[in-house]
Amino acid sequence: MGRYIFKRGLISVPLLLVVSFLTFILNSLSPMDPAEVVLHAQGVPRITDELLEETRLALGLDRPLLVRYWNWFLSCLRLDFGDSYVTGKPVWSLLGPAFLNTLKLTMVSVVAIIILSIALGVLCALREGKLLDKSIRGISFVLTAMPSYLLASLLVLYFSVKLDLLPTNGMDTIGSYILPVTVITISYAGIYFRIVRSSMLSSLNEDYVLYGRACGLPERKITRRILRNSLQVAVSVFCMAIPIILGSTVVVENIFAWPGLGTLSVNSILSRDFPIIQAYVLILAASFVIVNTFSDMVNAWVNPKLREDG
Amino acid sequence: MNLLEVRNLRVWDGRGGSVLVSDSSFQLKKGSCLAIIGESGSGKSLTCRAIMRLNGRGLLQSGEIRFKGVDLNELDEREMRSRRGKQLYMILQNGMRAFDPSSVIGVHLRETLARHYRWNKNETTEKLRQAMQSVRLQDPIGILNKYPHQLSGGMLQRVMIALALLLEPDVILADEPTTALDTVSKFEVVEQFIQLRERTGCSMIFVSHELGVVRKLADEVMVMRAGSVIESGTAAAIFSNARHDYTRYLTSSQRKLNDRFQELMGGAGIADR
Repeated sequence: MGRYIFKRGLISVPLLLVVSFLTFILNSLSPMDPAEVVLHAQGVPRITDELLEETRLALGLDRPLLVRYWNWFLSCLRLDFGDSYVTGKPVWSLLGPAFLNTLKLTMVSVVAIIILSIALGVLCALREGKLLDKSIRGISFVLTAMPSYLLASLLVLYFSVKLDLLPTNGMDTIGSYILPVTVITISYAGIYFRIVRSSMLSSLNEDYVLYGRACGLPERKITRRILRNSLQVAVSVFCMAIPIILGSTVVVENIFAWPGLGTLSVNSILSRDFPIIQAYVLILAASFVIVNTFSDMVNAWVNPKLREDG
Repeated sequence: MNLLEVRNLRVWDGRGGSVLVSDSSFQLKKGSCLAIIGESGSGKSLTCRAIMRLNGRGLLQSGEIRFKGVDLNELDEREMRSRRGKQLYMILQNGMRAFDPSSVIGVHLRETLARHYRWNKNETTEKLRQAMQSVRLQDPIGILNKYPHQLSGGMLQRVMIALALLLEPDVILADEPTTALDTVSKFEVVEQFIQLRERTGCSMIFVSHELGVVRKLADEVMVMRAGSVIESGTAAAIFSNARHDYTRYLTSSQRKLNDRFQELMGGAGIADR
């Protein structure tokens, strides 16, 4: 297993290189001059050509693109992502706490999504074609199709404004988790419970179910086997949900003013704060790789067939 | 004496309404082996599963399945379940898929035996060891701790036969148990089926489209085509003196295919026995 993780780590290096290089190029294609961004952010009243030239020199922008990329990459290896153009603070001091906040939101949501998807998926599979199955699928279809900003606004309107039960923004108390987590869970559980359901249903027709029944085994033993085998499929899907949600909390975070990656990245994009955007993309790509490796490990743990090949 | 009597068995798709097995009737004598032959999709497996009442959801069945004087079609699910395994036992075609892929073989065997007997752990292990040795499985304890994908198809077939030896069912329904095997394993498994009948005196329904194997095992043969029984009789009569064109077609085309197998079986070919 140790060798496997090492191999995965090695493979991920070129991947991260390509991703970060593409972001670097895309950022440099932007018509906005970084030097101008910096000067604007510092509130310089009159931007002269000399000032621009000086700032470019200070930021190292006069050097060729590839050299800049290489220098940036080398400092990333030392976990130094540079300074924000806008605030002048180190990128990591902004991105670190934001990442942690989003991670908290994501993990709570993922746990809720897993519990809800498994419960609903199993319930629907066991009652396939019955009214319960149909109505759960129908309701979830509507809720998933609903854009999350609309759902979020409706929830805020009802629970925070009308009933005054839950906070509308921030992350001060445990109560502030409830609404954002609900919105994220509803938009994703509707997709994931279908995966659990269909994987349960295909297991129902497997020969080991037939043979188990032919041997007279009680139904609860058989259901347990079906569950165990069909959840293997769901494990990797659930694991991949983590980076997907990490990268797509933008809307929810902005609505609930959650001080996380989503809010930070949108602000950075609007103010052309390139070092932050660059580091944000890199972190997301890295977390995809890490979680993917992790999900392979979990899969190998639950699936004896994969255990040997690894 | 008839142990199992099936009258006017009909299996149909409850959603689409298409009839998959129509109006089959046959009997199984105590201690005898009835082979059901016919091409794929002719309703052989469906007939077997209908007797166990294990056709998947959406498939409905009617008719009378009289086993030891009781109509199985009339029983509720709990009573039916108590007959599965101990009285009616099924052996499937693909051993790799018949066992739960996520647990070792021993788990299924122990759970099944715990369901039907009050043996303690050591007793169960000892009985399993003996049964598995008697079907010529080397290192039984090692096999109990293996996953299905770590064993060969022939070994898994023999594990299913070993379980039958312990359960001593009245009727064994074997659904194409040799189809997925190579020639050598097939020979070994057929040998074990012959011994299984000798040891337990059970009756057997043997579904197959391999006439060489059928010839070796069956006392009576029933030919199915497109969901109906088209001919039945003693094995000798069907093989030497088939009345129906389709049966003659089946036996002659199989004769051509089965030369190599016959050679290995060391027995006479279909035509000249």
